[in-house]
Amino acid sequence: MTTLHFRVHARPAWRRWLLTRETAVIAALAAVLLYANAAVSNFDSPLTLYYLFLDVTPLLLIALPLTMVIVTGEIDLSVASVVGLSSVLVGVLYAHAGMPMWAAALTAVAVGAVCGSLNGYLVAYVGLPSLAVTIGTLALYRGIAIGLLGTEAVTDFPDSWTDFAKMRIVEGGSLPMVLIPFAVLAAAAVWLLHWSPFGRGVYDIGLNREAAHFSGVNVERTKLLLFVLTGAVSALAGVYFTLRYGSARGDNAYGLELQVIAAVLLGGVSIFGGRGALHGPIAGVLLIGAVASAMRLEGQTVNAINIVIGVLLVASVVATPVLNRVAAERAARKQK
Amino acid sequence: MRFDKKSIAVAATLVVSLGLSACGGGGDGGDDGAAFTFLPKNLGNPYFDTSEVGAQSAADELGVTVTQVGPDAASPEAQVPFINTAAQQGVDALIVSANDPTAICGALEEASGAGTKIVTFDSDTDPECRDLYVSQADAAGIAKVQIEMIADQIGGAGQIAILSASANATNQNAWIELMRTELESNYPDIELVDTVYGDDDDQKSFDQTAALLQSYPELKGIVSPTTVGIAAAARYLSTSEFKGQVSLTGLGTPNQMREYVADGTVAEFALWNPDDLGYLAVQAAAALVNGDIEGEEGDTFTTERLGEYTVGADGVVLLGEPFRFNAENIDDFDF
Repeated sequence: MTTLHFRVHARPAWRRWLLTRETAVIAALAAVLLYANAAVSNFDSPLTLYYLFLDVTPLLLIALPLTMVIVTGEIDLSVASVVGLSSVLVGVLYAHAGMPMWAAALTAVAVGAVCGSLNGYLVAYVGLPSLAVTIGTLALYRGIAIGLLGTEAVTDFPDSWTDFAKMRIVEGGSLPMVLIPFAVLAAAAVWLLHWSPFGRGVYDIGLNREAAHFSGVNVERTKLLLFVLTGAVSALAGVYFTLRYGSARGDNAYGLELQVIAAVLLGGVSIFGGRGALHGPIAGVLLIGAVASAMRLEGQTVNAINIVIGVLLVASVVATPVLNRVAAERAARKQK
Repeated sequence: MRFDKKSIAVAATLVVSLGLSACGGGGDGGDDGAAFTFLPKNLGNPYFDTSEVGAQSAADELGVTVTQVGPDAASPEAQVPFINTAAQQGVDALIVSANDPTAICGALEEASGAGTKIVTFDSDTDPECRDLYVSQADAAGIAKVQIEMIADQIGGAGQIAILSASANATNQNAWIELMRTELESNYPDIELVDTVYGDDDDQKSFDQTAALLQSYPELKGIVSPTTVGIAAAARYLSTSEFKGQVSLTGLGTPNQMREYVADGTVAEFALWNPDDLGYLAVQAAAALVNGDIEGEEGDTFTTERLGEYTVGADGVVLLGEPFRFNAENIDDFDF
């Protein structure tokens, strides 16, 4: 025990920081951006980052609370269905029920929170496995969304709102305005997960539920709150999605849950819970977005893009246990 | 030490990804001639694969480069990144089959603002979002060809019935109305006895066909202006005593109808030819890019394979009469 303790702290802080999965993903992101800037024609245009951010904003938003859910060792597969439901609600409430836009958006976010609380209640208080619960609600929420609007689409939204979704911070620049609300939410999420006692509890639950319980963490309430947050933020992503495309459809964001989860895992969050930090998933989302963007500019088809992202994800997930084992063997050899 | 290994792993994945992205990346070189992006609703769809063949043959004729890209699911949000990419590349024209008439408009406007000509084909957007729409068929042509075919097949006289999609299907109802008018004015000996609805459901269309044949023993022909309906009706007829006695025609796809044409259940049916549609879309885009046309009503341009076309109201270019598929030509098509 003492030697192990000694070994970990034998490394200076900057080296320990460099050793993390998160850093590796950020390095990969930087490498892709540098390579694409140099080798992919048109990648260096300001439009590239602009479109990249517009495309990945829903993923970035959902990745924040979903990371916390996964750190507790749970999963939420219903996020994309909540995006779809929220999109439909905004459309129906605004265009059919005549609500003002802000009220429709707020109602959609509130319904998202309710969706999340159903997930959270079933997982935390009834004790059902989150995989099963959220596979069920994935179908349920998507079903309600498509049932409400059928194959129709609502496309009549106020220009001031749809323009905001596409507005740039600086005219002609490459950063869209939506990054500002995202940055605020990201700062709040970092505070919650990394600097608050609540966040400490989130890790404790993921590492050892029993121990967390006995050390005073309210396991049930923490999980419920995280699912509610995930629902509300997914619904917010749904509002953005609707405005970005100016179209509320029941099948909006179909399959988005797998993209978010892929990015979160790529960003170094352990699917078994207890490990991960928010900058990892954020870099993971951007890495996937940048690879897809560069490959599209190279004229690659969607199949090639999916293959590369799949390989990237599998490689990064496989790398961790393999490298851990290598490190453990080295340590064992040194001790002999 | 762990970091070294890790960076090797990361580097390896990067090499894989960048290597893959680099291979075959020469498509957008476009040194000679204009560069067009061809964006169907989704990839791996036989209908659009056929239209891409036509697009490439037009590209060969014109000396332009046509690059096909597209999402794997036919959703508007999946199409938008490809439209954005075309805008970034500053391609000369974007030829797109829209997954939603309005949701992709913002992206199209940005591409258009960057100087790209926008041509929709097969599925249109709102007219203000594009320069031209290359339409596969118009309602009058679709109605007329079906009545001509059934009249041919039953010898110009007798009872016929229609097997439609759902009772409130906009397209089918418009066609049926035009078919009635066509029958009344030009085919006095043909009597339309009933219109039934299979709701574009295979089993229901199958059952409705059976019911029609029971209720009208004198029935000589069935017209089904929907691909689901005609395939279900053909399946029923092909194993029934009415095979060869009762004619069936309508709108169908060659792959669904091949076996029924081969076994003699169906003599001839119609649809448009997606190969021609892709060809004409690229030709129209080239005419816009070259400045031969502006996309205004009355503009004309000429194609090698299909002849002369005139731009109609709202910037619509009509491919022409629907295409008739029969035993002689059906094996030339795979969609």
